[in-house]
Order: sequence, then structure tokens, then C-alpha cells
Amino acid sequence: MGSKTVRLKVLRQDHPSKPETKRWEEFDVPWEPQMNVISALMAVRKNPVTVEGKKTTPVVWESVCLEEVCGACTMIVNGRVRQSCTALIDQISPNGEEVTLEPMTKFPLVRDLVVDRQQMFDNLKTVKAWIQLDGTHELGPAPRQAPENQEEAYPLSRCMTCGCCMEACPQINEGSDFIGPAAISQVRLFNLHPSGKMHAAERLEAVMGEGGVADCGKAQNCVEVCPKEIPLVDSIAQVSRAATKHMLFGWLLK
Amino acid sequence: MAKKSTVRSENGKVRRVIVVGGGLAGLMTVIKLCEAGVPVDLFSLVPVKRSHSVCAQGGINASVNTKGEGDSPRVHLEETVYGGDFLANQAPVKGMADAAPGIVHMLDRMGVPFNRTPEGLLDFRRFGGTLFHRTAFAGATTGQQLLYALDEQVRRYETENVEDEKGIVIKGEKMVRKFEFWDFLSLVQDENGRAVGIVAQDLKTMDIEAFPGEAVCLATGGPGIVFGKSTNSVINTGTAAAAVYQQGACYANGEFIQIHPTAIPGADKLRLISESARGEGGRVWVPKDPKESRRGKDVPEKDRDYFLEAKYPGYGNLVPRDIAARELFLKCFHDGKGVYNAKSGKNELEVYLDLTHIGEETLRRKLAGILEIYEKFVGEDPYHNPMRVFPAVHYSMGGLWVDFERRESDGGVVRGSARNQATNIEGLYAAGEVDYQYHGANRLGANSLLSCIYAGMEAGPAMATYIQTLNKSSNDLSSSLFEKAEKREKSNYNALLKMDGKENAYQLHDEMALLMLRDCTIERHNDTLDKVIEKIDEIQDRFKNVGVTDTGARANQGAQFLRHFKNMTTIARVIATGARNRDESRGAHYKPAFKTRDDENWQRSTLAFHAEQGNGRSEVKFVREFDYTVAATSFHATDKVDISLVAPRARKYETAGAASAAATGNLEDKKKDAQAHA
Repeated sequence: MGSKTVRLKVLRQDHPSKPETKRWEEFDVPWEPQMNVISALMAVRKNPVTVEGKKTTPVVWESVCLEEVCGACTMIVNGRVRQSCTALIDQISPNGEEVTLEPMTKFPLVRDLVVDRQQMFDNLKTVKAWIQLDGTHELGPAPRQAPENQEEAYPLSRCMTCGCCMEACPQINEGSDFIGPAAISQVRLFNLHPSGKMHAAERLEAVMGEGGVADCGKAQNCVEVCPKEIPLVDSIAQVSRAATKHMLFGWLLK
Repeated sequence: MAKKSTVRSENGKVRRVIVVGGGLAGLMTVIKLCEAGVPVDLFSLVPVKRSHSVCAQGGINASVNTKGEGDSPRVHLEETVYGGDFLANQAPVKGMADAAPGIVHMLDRMGVPFNRTPEGLLDFRRFGGTLFHRTAFAGATTGQQLLYALDEQVRRYETENVEDEKGIVIKGEKMVRKFEFWDFLSLVQDENGRAVGIVAQDLKTMDIEAFPGEAVCLATGGPGIVFGKSTNSVINTGTAAAAVYQQGACYANGEFIQIHPTAIPGADKLRLISESARGEGGRVWVPKDPKESRRGKDVPEKDRDYFLEAKYPGYGNLVPRDIAARELFLKCFHDGKGVYNAKSGKNELEVYLDLTHIGEETLRRKLAGILEIYEKFVGEDPYHNPMRVFPAVHYSMGGLWVDFERRESDGGVVRGSARNQATNIEGLYAAGEVDYQYHGANRLGANSLLSCIYAGMEAGPAMATYIQTLNKSSNDLSSSLFEKAEKREKSNYNALLKMDGKENAYQLHDEMALLMLRDCTIERHNDTLDKVIEKIDEIQDRFKNVGVTDTGARANQGAQFLRHFKNMTTIARVIATGARNRDESRGAHYKPAFKTRDDENWQRSTLAFHAEQGNGRSEVKFVREFDYTVAATSFHATDKVDISLVAPRARKYETAGAASAAATGNLEDKKKDAQAHA
């Protein structure tokens, strides 16, 4: 009793420009009830000593809310990209198997498990993922919306910009500038809103060129890994159809 | 005198205001500043879209009154100050309650996917401390949805150009520049103490840099991590507030810490189960038999003790949080009636929160966000099993002292006054959980999203007014001011990197947090509080012997934590000392030895200033009044609470309508409704 431990194997690197520091380090930490990857990393932080007894620096990772709404703690856990806060040790290592942690590979590395996802936020600028508000002064109620509209919009609006879909997408690689599923799904979201619709064409045009919606290879990995189960494939299909329609007939409306 | 440019300083640089913190309050402040034509530098520990506001679940209060219940801003005001046990200044609360319907409409216009009624209107649900349906919601992730809406608007301003007075675009200058993954270290102050900029650290490169700002607004949230595990995000260490407090800012009502009644125990954090679960009809109970061995769902009605409904028939499961948390705590801790665990042979510190009588379809539509959290982290189906929950540290009513200018005509607040949200350090503003203004001794559920946005709506215009009174832009001040501040912080940081003692800061944090959690939350006793304060002395002494775990030059979280932890100890002292001093019970502050509210001696704000004991230990100096300056005018501030709109009276939730007489008109209908559903 009390001696049960969890073994973490972590892929580390001190600095993006120091590939020679890339290494695996292993840690044993005491098992706790309801333990997740984050609490295991917290235990490493209190006593950063590897299984070989070598003193090392604490592992660096990113986390904020720990309840899967902020999107910060994405990493590759046992080979699969996911949020590490919901990676419960008892589920991912039911018989005490080693737990491997790696940083995402589709974004520039910062250090250890931390990567820089600025590209995803920039993509939101590209597709104008906002309502063109006149101002925050009082202008009375917004247009009414059918409950069905809200029910379609709400799941799309839960995208945390966590990067899972980008990591899993084979079209996102060094040779391509595909914008990725997350931003395309935001086009659908804002084009659904009664006032967002007024600028639908601009958003569609933003994903019609190179790196746009047509670059999707239909691997459908995105929807598999999305922690919020956002219907990303549907979004891509819908935006793709709307873009085609806009390309063929948009000029008629101008 | 020629009118000075409000956009450029004499040296031609764009004049910018600094906002620290990108949660709801910070983002709203940024938007208001941009609308006033003021460019902003926005600093945040994390990408702003990951701020702690995402964790808010249940909703946002606004008396839109679409349910025909006779709700109004006046009732909202009354119930908020009653819920806060008459410690909140009433003018700002009135301002907030009046603005609330407009705020919810604005958010709707921004695209927040609020739940709708069949007619396409906003839907509202019930929350604690009221009998009205006043809470607008987007599933059970309302905070996330509100944060995203403001984040999107701020992103839009990131793409918009700064224009000079003639409307000519200033090349390369955008309205908002974001500095994400930056840690606030301290203010830059001029010779008179005025805030003229900040020093911050890039958390990737660890570079430390001073930035001039015409004014500075802190919107950095609460200090929940002082208590170790709480419902708060790991970034909520209160470090920024602690830093400016040590630079002379007044911290008010620090002892008022909200404990949320219903959270899920966990190894790394205590995850919130929103009050909306009870707002939608959730019931709290324990088995009558303390050795009940049947599973929750198998315990029949007659063997259940619905203790909140029994003791508070008026508000039932929706009594305010301080009361609900206390009752749960007493039930488990003192009566030993928590849910029995046959394996351990113990009564756990858990009660049932039961939604199983509500249809699964309704639950999925309105509460899926929180039920998903329960499912994922507990591994149990909450649609068919009562959830097991216990209270957890949740919110700080106290925070940086901020002023307001009262509007004499109706007792509200003068919009755009440079005094609104101003701290006692000239040029420093505060908004959101980091300020102490809106909730008194206890915050009502779904008022926090509202107060964050409202405070931002006041802070932005207040700062826009303030900077127009400045004779000189911060850009034109002597550069040595900024160099000195930068040098000071670099040397502080280098000193941290050289710490090589035996103590581990994370262990020290655990030790302090354990005591704060045990002795400085729901139930407070003067003798144990004395021991907490001694412990803080001890921790601050031992801190000198801490060793830094990482000396790396990139993304050094170990060194950063040392700084945050040191700051946490000063805030812990403010909380514990404030609690020790206040010999009464009011809202979240409960002392069994002083069971009643003592208006004669304690109808006043606690005003704390930082001092040093001289040996590395902090000290708290409490005052009853002080003078401060804003826009070159001096004002006298006292600890007197503005109670000009709703006269204080005893706070009792046993009877329906106690919080506001206006609510009683609907009671008969509600009873009929309840019977029809039973």
C-alpha cells in the first residue's frame, strides 16, 4: 500500500535551436486517486529526479483551467494528441503501463512540452472570425434566433483553439499552408449568425484561395481527435459548398 | 494653449494605455478604450483566449424580465446588496444592475450563442439568492462563450490601424498590440508615485522589459491558488495584485473569500459544478442514515435528508453560496453525515447533488458542459446517478481598492469619471475579480461575469478621461525612470536564479495552502488564525532558504513560480490578518465565536496597506481613511460603505422574498408550478 507509482516518459528539449538537448527522460511519481497527467507532472516538479536518480530541471508544460475549456494543455499522450488534463492515469495506464508525453509537432517548439500556437490565432484574423459590431453602446436587443440556430452554433463556438485537429491533419505539414479545420469551422459559425451573415462573402473568400478549404484531404482525422466533438468534417463540407456556390454565382449578387 | 495630441506624444510615438490581463474585465476595458480612440498594449500571462473567465459556467445576470415576473434593475440591486450582507458600495452596484440588460443584449449582438426560448428570445434561468429567472446562459459554458465574444472583438482591433486626429493612418501601428506569455512584474512610477508604465517579463525568452503607458489597468483576476487546490485556474496566483499592493496600492476586504458549495474533489484541482445545476432544479441531500450503504440512486425518497430545503424553505437549494457552503460543511464536518464509503468505513466529505429527476434531454440542452466535466473526471454518469460534491475555494470578493464617483441625481455612478475603478495609485486602475467593488461580503452566482464586464465598461472610459488630463505623455518622461525600473526587476530576477537553499517552493506552497484552506475558509477561529499568521511568518522566513529548481534561460517556470509564491505569501497575510481582526460574522466571513453581524463596529471596508517587518516578513497596516489623487485632484477616502439606496437589515433566507419584497408577488404561482411538476 502506498508504494504504487506511475512512470512518465517525457520527450524534452531545452530550446528550439538546441536539437542536441532533445532527449527522453523518465520519472516515477507516487500514484494518487483521480490522478491525471497534469498532477503527475506537478509531482515531478516537486522532485525533478529521473528514474536513474539524476537530478534534472522540472518538465515545462502549459496548462490553465484543468477542466478542458481553455485549450492550453494539449500534448501527445501515449501517441495520441489530446488535452492532458482529462488524461486520467487510471484510464491511460490501467495496469501501470508507462505514460509517454511529447509536444505537438505541427507548431514551433518553445521548450519541452510547450509549443507556440500563434498561427492558429492569426488564422482567426484571416477568416475574420468576429461580428462586425457597430459599437458596445446600447442598441437594444440582437435579432431573434431560432433555438435550432443556437443549437447548431453552440457546439462550433466551443472550439478552444487547442490545436488537436491541426496536429492530426495530414494536410498540415511543412510543404503546405492549409489553414486547417479550426478556422474553417469558425467561418461556418460566423456565417450562421444573423448579423455575421452580412459579411459571409468576405469569410468565404478568405478560405477560397491557396491553403483554403479546397486543400482539405478528407482524412477526417480532425473530428476523431477534437476533444469537444465539434463536427469539423461537416463544417468543412458546408464551407466548401458555400465557397463553390459563391465562386460560381457570387458575381451575380454583386 | 494648443490642444495636445491625444494619439501621439511629443517625441512622435503613439500614446498607449496598458491593460494587464485578458479575461472578461481586461478585454472589455480594451474594447472601451479602442472605441474612445485610445490605442492599447495588452499583456497577459497566457493567450487571452485561455484566461480563467473560460471556467465560468452558469450564466450572467440581467433583469431583462422576459418571463413576466416583474424583475427589474432595482430588484437586482436590492438582492445583490442583501446577498453581499451590506458590505458593497451601493452606487456601483446600482450602476451594474442598471447596465446589465444592455450588456446581455450587447453580448448577444456579438454572437454569444445564448440559449433561446421557442420564440427566439433569450432564455433565462434561476440562480442563488433570487426567486427570479435572471440568468442568461450559453449551455453550461457561459464564461467561455462570453470570453470568446470579447476576444473576437479585440482581435478585430488587432487588425485596425491607429489614426491621428486628422484621420490619417499611422503606419505600422495597430489599435491593439498583444503581449501574450508575459508576466507582470511591477509598475513604473514617477517621482510622485504615479503609474507611468510597467515592467514585464517574456515567459519564453525570460527577457525583462519596461513599457511606458499613459495609464495602467490591472484586470488580473483573483488569488485562489493561495489556497492550493481550488476551482481556480493554475494562473490565478494574485501575483500582479500583490506586486502593486507592495508598491502602495490599497487592498480591501481581503478576508472575504467565497467558498462554492459544489465542486468535485480532484488530485490537481477542485472542479466546479455550477450553481446552475441547482438553478435548473438540482437538489442537495445526504442519506438520513449516516451508515447508509446503498448507492445514491438506490436510496428512496423517504430515506433522504434534503437539508437545505428543510432549513430554508424560502430559497431552498438556491440560498446564497456562503450559506449553502456552510451548511454542507457543517453536515459533513461536524455532524459526520457525509456520504458513507463502505470501502473506507468513513463518512466522506461529500454530499449528493441530484439531477436525476430531470429529463436527460433538458439536461443535455442546458447543462451538458458541466455534466461532461463530471463524467470525464469522475467516470460516473450524472444523468442517472446523483453527483458527489463538496465545497471549494472559488472567488475573492476582496481585492484592490477602487473608487467611484457617485451621481447625486439617482445614487448611481457618473459615467466616464476618472475616479471610477481608480486605485489609490494615480494612473493605476483595476477591474474584475482583482477589484473589491461589487460583491460585498458574498457574491451572488452569475454576478461575476456581469461585474467583470461592467467594471471594464467603467475602467475604459475612466482611463480615457484620465489621460486627457495629463500634461506629459509617459513617452516623454525621462528614460532613466524606465531604465531604473527595468534594472531593479532584472536584479530581482537574477537574485531568484541564484537562490540555492534546501527548501522547495512547491512544498512550502502546499504547507501554507493546507493551513489557509483548513483555518481560513468556511469557519474561522481567532486562536487558529493566530497560528496561520505565525505560519506565514515561518514560511516567509523559510523562503529565504529556497532553492530554484531551474536556472535555464528559456521558459523558466521554476523561477517564475518563486516570484509568484513570494507574492502569494503577502496576499495570504492580508486575508488571514483581515479575518483575524474582523470580530463578527458577515457573508462568507463566519466566526462561531461572533455569530452575528455587527454593523456598529464592522459596517465598513477593511483597508489594508503593505508594510515590512524588516526581516523579510511582510506586515499589514490597516487604516480607516486615506487621501489619494486622481487627475491632479486630491480625494479623501474612508472605510464607510455607501448604503444610501438599500438600508441594511438582518439577512435571512428562511422566508421567500426576504432578499427583495418585490419577489413575493409571484410566490403563489411558483408554488402551483412546483406542485404541478411534483
